[in-house]
Amino acid sequence: MDAGRESEPTPMKNVTTVKRKSERELGVTRTFNGPARLVFEAWTSPKLFRQWWVPKSMGMTLYSCEMDVRVGGKYRLEFSEDPANPMAFFGTYLEVTPHSRLVWTNEESDEGSVTTVTFAEKGGKTLLVLHELYPSKEALDAAGTGAADAMGETFGQLDELLVTLGAH
Amino acid sequence: MVQYTQSHFNASFAALSDATRRGVLEQLGRADASITELADKFQMTLTGMKKHVGVLEQAGLVTTEKIGRVRTCKLGSCRLEEEAAWIERYHQLWASRFDELDKVVEELKRKEKADGRRKRK
Repeated sequence: MDAGRESEPTPMKNVTTVKRKSERELGVTRTFNGPARLVFEAWTSPKLFRQWWVPKSMGMTLYSCEMDVRVGGKYRLEFSEDPANPMAFFGTYLEVTPHSRLVWTNEESDEGSVTTVTFAEKGGKTLLVLHELYPSKEALDAAGTGAADAMGETFGQLDELLVTLGAH
Repeated sequence: MVQYTQSHFNASFAALSDATRRGVLEQLGRADASITELADKFQMTLTGMKKHVGVLEQAGLVTTEKIGRVRTCKLGSCRLEEEAAWIERYHQLWASRFDELDKVVEELKRKEKADGRRKRK
């Protein structure tokens, strides 16, 4: 964990912020040092998407990534710690506006979220805003717990956590 | 799996929305302190600090105990950690994803540049 970095961003490192916007909504923002069309491409090309969606720290392998990126098109991601027990995530693209907006559903459960990602370019950089809307508060609470299970991370000291919260 | 009640989440996030209260939590993370000590530290009246501690106490982030004439404050059991950990999980996930995405974007930029050079030739 490197929570300290968040409170003192250096020019080299773009800061990821995560905020619980409401009981059912979560917001994530991040700037990328590149034009929107390239960031958008990285979200919509399966070949590129699989290079970053499952970071090494998750300890998982994304072994299948199908994406039909157009309105009504489906996606399906399969990954696992153990190939014998794959986990599948799938859904439908609701909106696809090149270089500026993507909306998709998560249909692996009734409690799946709708994810909206917007890309806003300014001065050669792209501000990305990701928004997840869950059907209920409980679904979002549970999703947070699930993410932890998936990450298998250990948490740092309370001091560090407070620094992170303070920065938000 | 931990489920939160609505009021619990609201109380915790409201308590954390104030810079002084976050400072108090940070301070108590290092060592327990009396209300008087906290008031001095944050250059605040005793009454003002009592109010802040009261909000934190209600949210379960701080517990207080009166020994003699001194009320000592300490961090609440584990609720804050759960709260913070909940956000931190998301943060971890997205931050590490986006660090990887940075690399992809850099690679795309390099490729574009190289392609641009080739076209000009």
